[in-house]
Amino acid sequence: MSRSNAELQLDEAGRLLHFLTIDGLGKEMLTEILDTAEGFTGVSERTIKKVPLCRGKVVANLFFETSTRTRTTFELAAKRLSADVLNLNISASATSKGETLLDTLRNLEAMHVDMFVVRHASTGAAHFIAQHADRGVGVINAGDGRHAHPTQAMLDMFTIRRHKREFVGLRVAIVGDILHSRVARSQILALNSLGVSEVRVVAPRTLLPADARSLGVHVYHDMDEGIRDVDVIIMLRLQKERMKGALLPSEHEYFSLFGLTERRLALADSEAIVMHPGPINRGVEMDSQVADGSKSVILQQVSYGIAIRMAVISMVIGTQNLRMQDVAV
Amino acid sequence: MNSNTKNFMDTEAVESLIDVMAGKIWTLLNERGISDPLTVGIRTGGVWLAELLHQELGLKEPLGTLDISFYRDDFTRIGMNPEVHPSDLPIPVDDRHIVLVDDVLHTGRTIRAALNEIFDYGRPSSIILATLVDRPGRELPIQPDVVGLHPVLEPDQHITLIGPDPLGLVIGTNTNRSSRNLEQE
Repeated sequence: MSRSNAELQLDEAGRLLHFLTIDGLGKEMLTEILDTAEGFTGVSERTIKKVPLCRGKVVANLFFETSTRTRTTFELAAKRLSADVLNLNISASATSKGETLLDTLRNLEAMHVDMFVVRHASTGAAHFIAQHADRGVGVINAGDGRHAHPTQAMLDMFTIRRHKREFVGLRVAIVGDILHSRVARSQILALNSLGVSEVRVVAPRTLLPADARSLGVHVYHDMDEGIRDVDVIIMLRLQKERMKGALLPSEHEYFSLFGLTERRLALADSEAIVMHPGPINRGVEMDSQVADGSKSVILQQVSYGIAIRMAVISMVIGTQNLRMQDVAV
Repeated sequence: MNSNTKNFMDTEAVESLIDVMAGKIWTLLNERGISDPLTVGIRTGGVWLAELLHQELGLKEPLGTLDISFYRDDFTRIGMNPEVHPSDLPIPVDDRHIVLVDDVLHTGRTIRAALNEIFDYGRPSSIILATLVDRPGRELPIQPDVVGLHPVLEPDQHITLIGPDPLGLVIGTNTNRSSRNLEQE
């Protein structure tokens, strides 16, 4: 898996061709993405919140699954790079008329789209598009099934680095529905690759994958133990639909066992930060006091998400440009 | 880029050029009645020089730095610079006089990019361009106001400021002109 993911995502010189998964990229590339994002942070604070890097490029947001925050920040990121953006809500258009994924892709390529940002309920959708896209067209995975959500993981890494400077020596706890979370999977890969000391997952047995330990994490079923002395607490969103199945008894009971409260937060390191990919279910994953408290960096994650997405969009478009020249030569 | 480089100027010689530049900037600012300019250095060499000039001129406004990676005109040819840093203009540039500092003025493309970037921060009153070296090979109509040195160079020679401690100027000869060249002088 690692090797083929590296081959698909990187060119011969190790530059980013597509951004589909953290798997196979390695510490050096992840650090390059974080450093590039650092360069973009100032752009949002200027009079003119745009740089001309991707002028004349067309980025298509291909969302087969609804999402507000991810789509909006991808759109804003592309626009701050001066690219033109097409937002396609596919669930409501072509596929309902029977068009296949490849037909959709070919039609958009005929419109000279330079990049696809793909969100899909099926694992591997972005990989599939990357494998079939024309040369010169980059693909970014904005979430596929339970598999990966690499830009969310990278904005989380960026938030951690901004607050903690170094990854080495950190203890990070990821709390909640690990089983269904593509975010958690990508975060675990990134945290281990960047060299944190310890990644913990804290969850009820019903919300953990059977092979959890093979991901390189320490497993906790007790919240108090799981977050004791950690430097970073990442709370995952509990999808309400899981309640309807037999996986959880009730929101109230989940909160009493795994909800983040001021009392529990006091068990973590005194400088700990609290993260959440959003949207928060207040009173289910965490208390409002914690979500709005001084240790919460949840809204900063949203701002940093724009810088991270600007970084990966510009890196991928830059590498794909080079690829087109190779053809021209 | 493969090239053979040789030392051209040592620290002492470079510092005396910086003294000369500081004097010329001082005169120009007085002529124009400017008392509190914002000094802005272009990464990387321009920032080293801007720091020294800023000290020497005793300017009170904080120093600004520009990384012009997002404004380069060769992004489509060379891709993303893997070592980009954030630009930092610490005070608003609107109605501000700016002293823009770079190490080597060659094609003029870096300065074009820097001017575009500055105007995305606001509308300055004026910009003075100060460069340590003004070498032949201009491709755009951009001229410096203050120069430390006008060396005579062959088209295939390049001159580079090394530093920051110690500073020095080296001259090299390009042996492979088609290679990925991140020096956009």
